[in-house]
Amino acid sequence: MNEFNWTFVAIAVLGLFGLFSFLATVVLSLTWYERKMLARIQMRVGPSRVGPHGLLQPVADVFKLMAKEDVRPDVSSKSLFWIAPVLVLVPAFLVWITIPFADGLVVQPQDLGLLYVVAISTLGIVGLLLAGYTSASKYSVLGGIRAAAQLVSYEIPIIVVVLAIAILVQSLDLRDVITGNEVVIGERVITFNGQGAIPFAAIMPLGAVIFLIAGLAELGRTPFDIHHAESEVVGGPFLEYSGAHWAVFFLAEYFNTFVIAALTVLLFFGGWSWPSPPESIFGTALEEWQTDALGVAWFLFKTYLVIGLFFWFRGTYPRLRIDQLMAFGWQILIPLSFVNLILMAIVMFYEWPLWAMPAISVPLLAATAYLAARRNDRKVNTGSVTLYRRQKRADGGNELVPPAAATYEEAGARGAGN
Amino acid sequence: MSGELIVFYVLSAITVIGALGVVLDRNVVRATLMLLIALLGVAGIFLVAFAEFLALAQILLYGGAVTIVVLFSIMLTRTADLRVNLDNPQRPMAALIAIAAFVLLTLTFVNSDIGELDGTTSVAIPGADVGSSGFETVGDVLFNQWAIPFEIASLVLLVAMIGAIALARSDDPEDAGEIASGSPEGAGQKT
Repeated sequence: MNEFNWTFVAIAVLGLFGLFSFLATVVLSLTWYERKMLARIQMRVGPSRVGPHGLLQPVADVFKLMAKEDVRPDVSSKSLFWIAPVLVLVPAFLVWITIPFADGLVVQPQDLGLLYVVAISTLGIVGLLLAGYTSASKYSVLGGIRAAAQLVSYEIPIIVVVLAIAILVQSLDLRDVITGNEVVIGERVITFNGQGAIPFAAIMPLGAVIFLIAGLAELGRTPFDIHHAESEVVGGPFLEYSGAHWAVFFLAEYFNTFVIAALTVLLFFGGWSWPSPPESIFGTALEEWQTDALGVAWFLFKTYLVIGLFFWFRGTYPRLRIDQLMAFGWQILIPLSFVNLILMAIVMFYEWPLWAMPAISVPLLAATAYLAARRNDRKVNTGSVTLYRRQKRADGGNELVPPAAATYEEAGARGAGN
Repeated sequence: MSGELIVFYVLSAITVIGALGVVLDRNVVRATLMLLIALLGVAGIFLVAFAEFLALAQILLYGGAVTIVVLFSIMLTRTADLRVNLDNPQRPMAALIAIAAFVLLTLTFVNSDIGELDGTTSVAIPGADVGSSGFETVGDVLFNQWAIPFEIASLVLLVAMIGAIALARSDDPEDAGEIASGSPEGAGQKT
């Protein structure tokens, strides 16, 4: 490892190109999938004119975005404004380097894969904040700050759930999460099972639910899309972007959607392995490339199912208010994720059977859901807006007058006079 | 010149340029971005030194969290005031402290056994293989050998956090009520 290996660099560059092309294709398919799925939910047909079943619609969209005029607000800082989309896209892409599609099919396997994924994905937040700030619009600044607050808050439950997974497999390598891990302590060899037989969602249902919800919030998808909610902050950080630069944000968003879904499948639903197809149905033993191809297909199928779940949420759930969103993150998700982590640590330390995890955490999850729902029922009035009137004082200054009953009588009298 | 050395020089150049940008750029937001570049450059140098865990921790804590907090505080305060305040009479004092810190760090560096680093063994963590990421060893050293300093450090952080909340929080109950009810009274009085 002391000699710097140029062939290694060449292979890495080729791998990155291949990965990027693959992901770009996936994004094209995802836009079509999302539009079709939303259309079905709303009893529409969706894209149907370009190509069979509208399959070429994403390609047409790409041409449209590329041809569009790229406008920059005059007051914004030029370099920062153009660099912000790149700052969002690059981390979203870099995360993919360590994600295994099948056993051995990964651009760069890492011992610290889980930590890498978590660390790199935080970098994208800086890009969103910058995009909001440099757009020099009140809506985008608000959107940028909302994005940062939301993403930083929901990063914590994700990290804590990932920690629990690391305790369960005693490794941070994403491949070990699937295939299992062996730890040698002195003479003793302890085997930690992967997800070949039992997916971690069965062992850690609490963790799976927290990861799905926090992941959805991390993506800023409905019902957590408060940082680019059209009716509140117009487009948020993306407000002033158009054409190719907006497309970069768009690409990053779908990269992230795909990565969260892929991580959900890898961490909780067995990635390419569970449930592994019995070799007997093929008659002969498979060659390596055949098992790999089968694994990739299986992994992608599950990932698309999870993404379908995200689109389904988008079609059916109303958006959360910002205070509800932050309260939910800090008061429910983060404590629950710590409970999950401590439970996992206790179960592993005292070597309890693994079914103790779901046995404890499922009733806990049900109880939390019940209590949260009851609290929401009780606290109906969560905030009100009082309309103040500005009135001229005798000395020329302004005075704010709280609304009084007189206001309505006045209005009534005026109405009657007319 | 080996490829490794080229990568090291490029990363060092990026780090130094980023650090200079933090000090020299008058635009506070751009300076923060330069800070991010400098911190990521340092993470890259950690990678060249086979300290993967340190590099990722650097990206997670400094690249992500610290930069975001700095940007956040810039956006929530008035940047127009900050632009004027960049220069102040404390300059000589700051220079003195910076030079003292530089001398101290250089002396520590020169007197350490970093020259014996041959790329196969880790100097910081004795016994750790370079091939593995060594995070088991890091955890072992941190939570066994240095457990008490580690706990004290986290206690200091906790105290700082509580202190920040106590400072930022207004004791005036009316003030808190205003934010909750969304009344525009405060905004009205300012204008």
